[in-house]
Amino acid sequence: MSVDKETVRRIAKLARLALEEERVEPMMNELNQILAWVQQLEEVDVAGVPPLTSVVAQKLKMRTDAVTAGGDADAVVANAPESEDHFFVVPKVVE
Amino acid sequence: MSLPTNPTSFTLADAREAVRKKEISSRELTQAFVSAIEGARTLNAFVTETPEKALAMADASDARIAKGSMGPLEGLPLAIKDLFCTKGVRTTAGSNILSNFIPPYESTVSQNLWDAGAVMLGKTNMDEFAMGSSNETSYFKPVLNPWRARNSNRNLVPGGSSGGSAASVAANLCLGATGTDTGGSIRQPAAVTGTVGLKPTYGRCSRWGIVAFASSLDQAGPMTRTVRDAAILMKAMASVDPQDSTSVDVPVPDYEATLEQGVKGLRVGIPKEYRIDGAPPEIDAMWAKGAEWLKAQGAEIVDVSLPHTKYALPAYYIVAPAEASSNLARYDGVRFGHRAKGAHDITDLYEKSRAEGFGAEVRRRILIGTYVLSAGYYDAFYSRAQKLRTLIARDFTQAFEKCDVLLTPATPGPAFAIGEKTSDPVSMYLNDVFTVTVNLAGLPGISVPAGLTPEGLPLGLQIIGKAFDEATVLRVGRSVEQAAQFAAKPEAWWRAA
Repeated sequence: MSVDKETVRRIAKLARLALEEERVEPMMNELNQILAWVQQLEEVDVAGVPPLTSVVAQKLKMRTDAVTAGGDADAVVANAPESEDHFFVVPKVVE
Repeated sequence: MSLPTNPTSFTLADAREAVRKKEISSRELTQAFVSAIEGARTLNAFVTETPEKALAMADASDARIAKGSMGPLEGLPLAIKDLFCTKGVRTTAGSNILSNFIPPYESTVSQNLWDAGAVMLGKTNMDEFAMGSSNETSYFKPVLNPWRARNSNRNLVPGGSSGGSAASVAANLCLGATGTDTGGSIRQPAAVTGTVGLKPTYGRCSRWGIVAFASSLDQAGPMTRTVRDAAILMKAMASVDPQDSTSVDVPVPDYEATLEQGVKGLRVGIPKEYRIDGAPPEIDAMWAKGAEWLKAQGAEIVDVSLPHTKYALPAYYIVAPAEASSNLARYDGVRFGHRAKGAHDITDLYEKSRAEGFGAEVRRRILIGTYVLSAGYYDAFYSRAQKLRTLIARDFTQAFEKCDVLLTPATPGPAFAIGEKTSDPVSMYLNDVFTVTVNLAGLPGISVPAGLTPEGLPLGLQIIGKAFDEATVLRVGRSVEQAAQFAAKPEAWWRAA
């Protein structure tokens, strides 16, 4: 399996990563080099093998359904590039 | 106890003793490291130095000592990898996208250290988002390895991703440092800088407040100059934490108490698949010597097989980028982090902020991860890689029926030159060939300095243990350390004149 330029453009769009047109081909080559290398996994017969979902056998813990944090809007927006009255500011999304 | 004249060459255990006996104050100790860090800026080991905070913490520590209330790490200065969020202190993850991020909270691991009385010297440089094996992907420029080959002034990499932590431990810029290890990022830099690095069992340390890379693989651990120091720091870092549902409620033993128990009667497995073509002969020679050392101390050497070893790296380079592409989706230029200027709509804002904020390796991994998780490819890549992980974990379970620990080389070679492997991602990935299996199976592993190459560069041996058996891993590590008598230190060429 390898990717073509169109696929590179599509996954860059899915990943919300701007990719200049002149970077598409080099990126395609880099990705194909990595994909060709990971494809050695196809040699292994994995029939009947369950995927590993947790390395340590444990039951997922449940916490009490209670408020443990919050009420600190100043801290939440402290690192925002742009905020106003405790709201994050973004370009207009509704016309 | 006879102490070295310069406190920066103390081990953590020496310093603890000296502080307890009031032979040195935390302020004096901290000042010595603050000065050492200033004089070693050539190494670029720190992204952010925090000398004022360090001295304030030291004074607070001295006040506690005067009152007779001392924590297990009271007054001891440490360096923190810049992946751990530190309240009020910039935390960058080595990335432009977080270059102005000041966390409003503290990571659990670092909080545990401060609760134990430790002092923070600063935040260490690292590969961007911990993605790299040489510290060359850092937005803040590479770290230089304090070690150079004999009669050479060529700069070498300190390994990665915890390269700044490894370099600062090796150059005596701190008593110990925190690292994180997703595919080898503690053990590989430790090995190529002549230091000790321990990756504990997945779940031993809380991941709360550690910038996430690949959540099913990431673990924090100590980087130190001796195995005893690693035991001391490990104990302080570990905890079960309601903020991380994968942190495990297993008692944390007193690792120091069992450190000197030796290896008599222990079965040490030698996995034949870790002998790889093209590795320099000194790697195999060091490995054989390590087995001899343990045998001479009464261990039984057992040949074992981990048949799926060769598939570990390719499986990792599906699983880790997949998880990374998901974890890194949070960087959107809206809530925190870098935001591109002049975006004309919200999608444009996301795309430009991320493209400007992430470096080449991170972008590459996000795209690989997005691809292997995308519709139609999930089964072929991600699901298959997770099945391989099951087989790799089974290999270990079966091997541990025949032995108590495994002994392997830590890296396929010594430190390499800056720029030597940056043009070929796959050749860079191969640095983690001996370490990555351990992350996929969630096991503990330690790298211990074992000797020098003929060119005078350090090499490490790795000991892998059963889940939650860090105590035995440390004990065997201590035996290797004793036998190796590794006392070499790099010449301080970096010191400001």
